[in-house]
Amino acid sequence: MVTSVADPAISLRDVAVSYDGRRILHGVNLDIARGETMVLLGGSGSGKSTLLRQIIGLERPEAGRVTVNDIDPGNCSPGDLRKFHRSIGVAFQGAALFNSLSIEENIALPLREHTRLPESTIRLMAWLKLAVVGLADAGKLSPQALSGGMKKRAAVARALALDPEVLVFDEPSAGLDPIVAAELDELILTLKRAFGMTMVVVTHELASAFRIADRLAMLYQGSLIAVGTKEELQSSTHPRVRQFLDRVPDPVAETYRVDEYFQRYLEGDSPK
Amino acid sequence: MSLLTGSVERVGKRTTDDVEYCGALARQFWNSLRALSLTLPMVGNRNRWKTALAQMLHIGVQAFPMVTLMAGCAGLILAMQGASELRRIGAINLVVELVTIGFTRELGPLLTAIAVSGRSASAFSAEIGTMKVTEEIDALRTMAIDPVEFVLAPKFLAALVVIPCLSIFSDAFGILAGGTFMKIAAGMTFGVFLRSVARTLALRDVMIGLVKSLAFATIIVQVGCLEGFRVKGGPDAVGRAATAAVVKSTFLVILADVGFTTLFYLTGGV
Repeated sequence: MVTSVADPAISLRDVAVSYDGRRILHGVNLDIARGETMVLLGGSGSGKSTLLRQIIGLERPEAGRVTVNDIDPGNCSPGDLRKFHRSIGVAFQGAALFNSLSIEENIALPLREHTRLPESTIRLMAWLKLAVVGLADAGKLSPQALSGGMKKRAAVARALALDPEVLVFDEPSAGLDPIVAAELDELILTLKRAFGMTMVVVTHELASAFRIADRLAMLYQGSLIAVGTKEELQSSTHPRVRQFLDRVPDPVAETYRVDEYFQRYLEGDSPK
Repeated sequence: MSLLTGSVERVGKRTTDDVEYCGALARQFWNSLRALSLTLPMVGNRNRWKTALAQMLHIGVQAFPMVTLMAGCAGLILAMQGASELRRIGAINLVVELVTIGFTRELGPLLTAIAVSGRSASAFSAEIGTMKVTEEIDALRTMAIDPVEFVLAPKFLAALVVIPCLSIFSDAFGILAGGTFMKIAAGMTFGVFLRSVARTLALRDVMIGLVKSLAFATIIVQVGCLEGFRVKGGPDAVGRAATAAVVKSTFLVILADVGFTTLFYLTGGV
């Protein structure tokens, strides 16, 4: 499994994270090349959202190093940190639009905060970003007035506002119907063709993952168990990768415990 | 033995939690002081000042009817209670003095702070808590926007401006209510009332009241916002944070008032 590439946009070295003494990530190593779409796959609780929070600089790893364009957000000057944040656009799982602002104002917010552009230019740029995601007429609406899919597209527009080099999606298709989810996949592919951005997508939707990915990385219990192209992953023989791709469930019902309970009950030993 | 170690452990845990809370409060206060300059008009960020103006409406103007009504009622209560005692020693004309001193030194700022704490501390924590739950705070940070500067500082500036103003109005309405009572109960004329107020009203008392209300404003904003920023989990945590914000800020306001009054008492002012 090839985890390192030459001149990566994003580089993770031995990244380890614990919450309340529980290890979530066990020394993850991964490089993401410039212009590449990397999909992070994994089941619930595999640590993929935690890994994403390290990449976008919301948390600092307990051990190891995360660099994006050679900037380590945990160990850099305030100026570099600002540069770091400006070079990454994030589309959050729940869209995270500000409800007190209209859609247009949401998109304009990073521009108003970080540029000195005149108001007319900012509004034009916000409109352009909305047009890219197909929401050109929705600018005046409030986020509550939008459907789930539209909210996610608006979130993508806001992530694009400062023309970032890296675009990050957290579960883009979660909670969406198949048609809207497919539209979002198409949007990701369009952005990739149009802007050549580096993209990191966290998902557990296999169809979507294989549609958009250049390479995929699979996490299981806080460790990377597979990294490779679609073909490499599909031909993997790793039992956990196979289980995930073939959708084989783990045994959930603890029937043996029920049997044990009745056995002890019949033997007159009152169980707890 | 295990019972003893268990209770010692609980006391220790509670103590470290409280110390940690105070530390978080102090750190947030320091950060918000630095962010406050960016909120000022002319020199700061124009967008923050606009937000601060909107917050002044929320915290101040919309609380005005409630605060003045509360102050009026408390003024009447104080005047009636005072009159029933003072009448027995033939000093009912001192009621105006009692209400004037009582309100400028104590009741005006305190009642205002309690009213604002109930209205706004819960609103701050619910607003920020919801932003936390819906990842809006995370979104701000990924856009290189400091949540303390963006969300807290405008509220802080607004509270520092409007809570002292509300306290002044509270003073005025409390004293007026006392005067109204004296007009009805003892037939005191408006001129006599005004002269009594002018004789009793001391600039120092009013200033002490204003200093107190600045401290109360700080407590309400910092506690309300910190409760919001510390929300973890889902919507139920937002509800708990709103309750905690009101309870803690009201308690701390009264505690701070005890501190101030003791200080002024010991330095011979009160």
